[in-house]
Amino acid sequence: MTYFKYRILRLIPVFFLVTFASFALLNILPGDVADAILGGTDVESGDSPEGILEARLEIRKELGLDQPIVVRYFAWLANVMRGDFGESPIQIAPVWELVVERLPVTLELLILSILIALTIAIPAGIYSAVNADKISDRLIGTIAFGIVAMPPFLMAILFVFIFAVTLQFLPASGYIPIEENLFENLRHYILPAATIGLLEVPIFLRVLRVDLIATLQEDYIALAKAKGLSRTYILFNHALRPSSFTLVTVLGLQFGFLISGTVIIEEMFGLPGMGKLILEAIDARDAMLLQGAVTMIALAYVLINLIVDILYGYIDPRVGQSERGRHG
Amino acid sequence: MGDLAGNKSLLFRHKFRIPYRNIKKGNSRAAFGIVFWVSVAWVLLITFCAVFASVLPFADPLKSDLSNTFKPIFETGHILGTDPLGRDMLSRLIHGAQVSLKIAYTAPIISLFLGVSLGLCAGYFQGKVDTVIGIFVDAILAFPNIIAIIAILFFLGPTLLNMILVLGFFGMVADLRVARANTILYSKREFVMAARVQGASNLRIMIKELLPNIIIPVIALAIIGMSRVIVIEGILSFLGVGLPPPNPTWGKMISEGFEEIDYAAHITFVPAVAMFFTILSFNLIGDRLRTLTNARQGQL
Repeated sequence: MTYFKYRILRLIPVFFLVTFASFALLNILPGDVADAILGGTDVESGDSPEGILEARLEIRKELGLDQPIVVRYFAWLANVMRGDFGESPIQIAPVWELVVERLPVTLELLILSILIALTIAIPAGIYSAVNADKISDRLIGTIAFGIVAMPPFLMAILFVFIFAVTLQFLPASGYIPIEENLFENLRHYILPAATIGLLEVPIFLRVLRVDLIATLQEDYIALAKAKGLSRTYILFNHALRPSSFTLVTVLGLQFGFLISGTVIIEEMFGLPGMGKLILEAIDARDAMLLQGAVTMIALAYVLINLIVDILYGYIDPRVGQSERGRHG
Repeated sequence: MGDLAGNKSLLFRHKFRIPYRNIKKGNSRAAFGIVFWVSVAWVLLITFCAVFASVLPFADPLKSDLSNTFKPIFETGHILGTDPLGRDMLSRLIHGAQVSLKIAYTAPIISLFLGVSLGLCAGYFQGKVDTVIGIFVDAILAFPNIIAIIAILFFLGPTLLNMILVLGFFGMVADLRVARANTILYSKREFVMAARVQGASNLRIMIKELLPNIIIPVIALAIIGMSRVIVIEGILSFLGVGLPPPNPTWGKMISEGFEEIDYAAHITFVPAVAMFFTILSFNLIGDRLRTLTNARQGQL
C-alpha cells in the first residue's frame, strides 16, 4: 500500500500550496475589499480624504486585514478546518451557504457533460481501435482533431446559432431549478452540457483507442480468439477493463479543466453556478468568497484524484504492489 | 581509460535537427502533407497582414459609419461586411489579429523557457527536486487556471504585458511534463554517461547533452500552446477582462456580435471562423512536427 501512501502524502502539500497561493495572491494584489465596500459611499457623502482613510482603516481592522498575511492564512485555515469558510463582506452571507447554493448547478452541468462525452467517446473509441488505421478510424481521428481546435465559446456560439436561433427548439440561455420542472431543467442544460461534453470527447476517445489497440495485441486476447470466443465477448469482457486505466485517470485530471470550462459556459448560457459565482466575486473584489470557492474547487480536485487513485487499485490489481507503481 | 579520452565517437550526440525518420530524401514536401503547408500558408498570411496592417490599404478599424451598419458579407467596399457601428469587419479582423498573434508568439516562449528549465531539473536530479517540482505542477493543475488568470488580470489590470506573463506562467505545465519525461529517458543513455565520466558538470550535461535532445518535442508542443493562448485571450475578451477598448480583438468582436447573433450572424462568425482556422493551423503544424519527431507513432 506504499503507492497509495505516497499519493496521499503528496496531495497534502498540494492542497496547502493551492490555498496559500490563492490566499497570498488575493492579498498581495492591488485593490482592496475595503475600497469595494466604501466604493459607493465616499463620493456622494463628500467626506474629507482623512475621513475616507479612517473609515478604510476601520473596515480593514474589522476584517482583520491589518494582520500579517501568514497569521491571517493560518487563522483562516483553522476556521476552514472547523468548516467555517468565513463570511462574504459584500453579499453579507456565509461563504459556505453561497457556495452550497450554487454548487448543484455546476455539478449537474459537469455530470451531464461527462455522461454525454462518455456516451460518444466509448463506442467511438472501441470502433476506432477495432478498425485501427482503416479509413473509418482516420475519419473519426480527423473529426476529433477538428473538435480539439474548437474553443468552448466558439462551440457554444455555433450550438446557439443552430439550435436556438435557427431551429428554435432549445432555449439559448436561462435556468429552471430541477425541483420546479425536471423536463424544462434538462432542456436548458442540453446546449451547455453538450458544448462541454463534445469538447471532452476527443480526449477520452484517443486515450481509449490507444490503450485498446495495445490490449488487443496481448497474448491472452489471442488465446481467447483461439478458444473460439466471439469478437464482441472478447472486446467487452476481456479487453475493455484493462484498457480503461488511462481513461479513468484522464477523467480525474479533466476535472480541473472542466471547472475552468464551466466558467465561460455558465456565463454564456446564464447558469447561476460556481463559475458565475466566482466571476461575481472577482467583479466585487470579494476576496473571502473567491478564496472559499477556489479552496473548495481545489479540495474537490484533490479528492477526485484520490478517488481515482484508489479506483485504480480495484481495476488494476498490479498497481500498489511495487513501491510507486507504474504510474508513480 | 587513456585510449578512451578524446575519442569523439564515444561522445555521440544528436544533431540539433528534426530527425526525418519518416521522410524519404528529397521528398519532404510530401511527407509533411498538403494540409501542413496550407496551415503554414494561413499562419503566414495572417501574420503578414497583422504586421503590415497600418501600411496595407485597409479601412480604419475604428472609423464608424452609422449609415452603413450591419452590412452583410460581400457588400461592395466591405468584403466582410460591417459591424453594428458600421466599422469595416475585414479591417477590424486584421487589427484584431495583431493582439492574438502578439500573445501567440510570446506567451508560449515564456512557458517553454520555464517548462524546459524546471522539467530538465526534475528529470535530471530526480528524488527530492522531482518531488518538489511535481507538487508544484499538481498545485497548478488543481488551481482552476482560467479563474486564476481572470483574477490576476482583473486585479493587475488587463495590459498586454500582464496577459502575456500570466498566460506564459500557466502554460508551462505541459512543456514541463514532456521535458521531464524525455530527460528521464535520455539521462540513462550512454552519451550522458560518457559526458559524466569525462567530468562534465551537471549544468553542462543538461545544456549540452540533454537539451538538444528534448527540445524538439517541446517546441512542437509550444506551437500547439500558441493555439491555446489564442483561445484564452478570446475567452478573456469575451468575459470582458481582455484588453480595454477601443483596440479590436477577436474575442471582443465575437462577444459584440454574439448579442446580435439572431439579427446579423456574420458579425460573430467572421472573427470566429478566422480564430478557428488560426487555432486549427497551429494545432496541425504542432501535431505534424510532434508525430515526425516522436518515435512511438500513434501514441496519443
